[in-house]
Amino acid sequence: MSVKSTAARRTTRGGAKRRGGEPELVQLLTPEGKRVEHSEYSIDLTPDELRGLYRDMVLTRRFDAEAITLQRQGELGLWASLLGQEAAQIGSGRATRPDDYVFPTYREHGVAWTRDVDPLNLLGMFRGVNHGGWDPNENNFHLYTIVIGSQTLHATGYAMGVAKDGADSAVIAYFGDGASSQGDVAEAFTFAAVYNAPVVFFCQNNQWAISEPTEKQSRVPIYQRSAGFGFPGVRVDGNDVLAVLAVTKAALERARTGQGPMLVEAFTYRMGAHTTTDDPTRYRADEEREQWELKDPILRLKTYLEAEGFADEAYYASIDKESDALAKRVRDGVRTMPNPDTMAIFENVYADGHALVDEERAQFAEYLASFADETEGH
Amino acid sequence: MTMTTLTMAKALNEALRQSLDTDPKVLLMGEDIGKLGGVFRITDGLQKDFGEERVIDTPLAESGIVGTAIGLALRGYRPVVEIQFDGFVFPAYDQIVTQLAKMHARALGKVKMPVVIRIPYAGGIGAVEHHSESPETLFAHIPGLKVVSPSNPQDAYWMLRQSIDCDDPVIFFEPKRRYWDKGEVDTEAIPGPLHKARVTRTGTDLTLAAYGPMVKVCMEAAAAAAKEGRSLEVVDLRSLSPMDFDTIQASVEKTRRLVIVHEAPVFLGTGAEIAARITERCFYHLEAPVLRVGGFHAPYPPARLEEEYLPGLDRVLDAVDRALAY
Repeated sequence: MSVKSTAARRTTRGGAKRRGGEPELVQLLTPEGKRVEHSEYSIDLTPDELRGLYRDMVLTRRFDAEAITLQRQGELGLWASLLGQEAAQIGSGRATRPDDYVFPTYREHGVAWTRDVDPLNLLGMFRGVNHGGWDPNENNFHLYTIVIGSQTLHATGYAMGVAKDGADSAVIAYFGDGASSQGDVAEAFTFAAVYNAPVVFFCQNNQWAISEPTEKQSRVPIYQRSAGFGFPGVRVDGNDVLAVLAVTKAALERARTGQGPMLVEAFTYRMGAHTTTDDPTRYRADEEREQWELKDPILRLKTYLEAEGFADEAYYASIDKESDALAKRVRDGVRTMPNPDTMAIFENVYADGHALVDEERAQFAEYLASFADETEGH
Repeated sequence: MTMTTLTMAKALNEALRQSLDTDPKVLLMGEDIGKLGGVFRITDGLQKDFGEERVIDTPLAESGIVGTAIGLALRGYRPVVEIQFDGFVFPAYDQIVTQLAKMHARALGKVKMPVVIRIPYAGGIGAVEHHSESPETLFAHIPGLKVVSPSNPQDAYWMLRQSIDCDDPVIFFEPKRRYWDKGEVDTEAIPGPLHKARVTRTGTDLTLAAYGPMVKVCMEAAAAAAKEGRSLEVVDLRSLSPMDFDTIQASVEKTRRLVIVHEAPVFLGTGAEIAARITERCFYHLEAPVLRVGGFHAPYPPARLEEEYLPGLDRVLDAVDRALAY
């Protein structure tokens, strides 16, 4: 795969030009599945790579659908669906290198997929057996962060450390349109700019922060926010996996080569509810969703693959089969996921131990044991 | 043995210097800590000797400082953060409580958070609003954090070094009005455990428990009481989380009376927790209810009133009298 960009040479100006009221999106694949060129970003992928992106998106969507079902069946307490955001997540995730570090929110199931994080790890948290629990350093994929925007600062600090180490890795921080209002995100922009940290701020603007539309977060397009902090921002078609990949790669490369942070706004849409407890019919119109259905990220890549003759029925059948297998693995894995041991409450509160935790653990164990004695006694 | 007489400020400076020198992963972060050396000069000269990459002047954004410190810790660094004044920590409170304190548990132990947050705290220096507060309970209440506060230069030196060596987040409260008090510091001593309290004066009639700035007040109160023939024991708690209840208990089982002294408001304060636990542990030893001396349920007052507001010798002795009257 090869990516070209002139973005690296720009320092303060956003990449997308304004046309009319709304800025132009960086787009390499139209909603109709037509390949187009962009003046600043380009990409050249092999048929194999293109099929790989398709596979990633289909499997991610299938995993997501399975998780929703599992929630409906009571196997998960909650699920935050990524439906509609597959291209934004797969495109950006596939732009990263293994040594890069990813800081997700709690909806980056597709990015996790690209980092080889076992989907069952993500489900453990939503089932309620842990608060995350995977080893972030195994795949350089940090734990999900629920408090909106907090992780952008962690990413920035991590990137400052990367720079101190003289490494050429980059860091990518995911956040959403809602989080863009958080003070922590503004502080992350400030720190990243001041220290020229190798971090890419990747905002998935999915148009809705639960019930609040983007207009409640910002008077300007989100990608323009970075200008005031002194680094470039660009708005990319978040449902165009090729454009997302090209733009994110360029941004990461920019970070790697010492040119500092960049903001990428992936313009996309949350097709589903905020989470399984949410009811979008209370605040948004069906027509809006229908409009976005026409821009579906998977369909447009499929159209392109078919037009180019890059995939045939046998290929799609193999993906379907793989999809079914993934769903089954996830289903079985969740259903047999053991509850944690009660005493896990007291585990890992501290790395170096704490007298009060020890005392309470002992007292609680004794309390629990007192019931065991009764059972045995009678 | 290398004994030197140092102020607490200089002892802290020396601890930071030694930690920077010993471990290349140690970083200092904060507002004005570089060229200026911090508003209290605790980091004086350190940027000059260790460079801007390790002694980092940060933007004026406390959440940003702590949030990026978390990221640096994830990368393997050991950040030591300076919050300029007690009342300025609250923008960082979210990062401290929701992220720093919980990260180790969230990761099921797979990441550690060796971050120290130094906070000059408490009153007595005639400052403006937000510069004299004692918010330690707000941190001691949070599982995942450790909270300590030295009362003298020797402890300041060693407790800071031990906090930096600790793999857990430590909120390190520095009693700012004691910064200029001098004491002997042995930088080659073998320090005791960080979270152990110390009996700083032995006595038989009543135990005074205090920490940070109030230890000195309690020592003076014990000296004054001795002139009236009362033998007070003083316990310097040193650590608020975890708290060394065993040492307090041993003392109270001997003296049978306990008065807890702190600057922070009494309501739901450290003293309340100690009173509850000591009552549980020593119910049949107590000759009097556990009494507390501390701040009122009112904002820290303007400087012209702080002498009356702060617990001093007389208020401590008044509580001692009340406890002994039972």
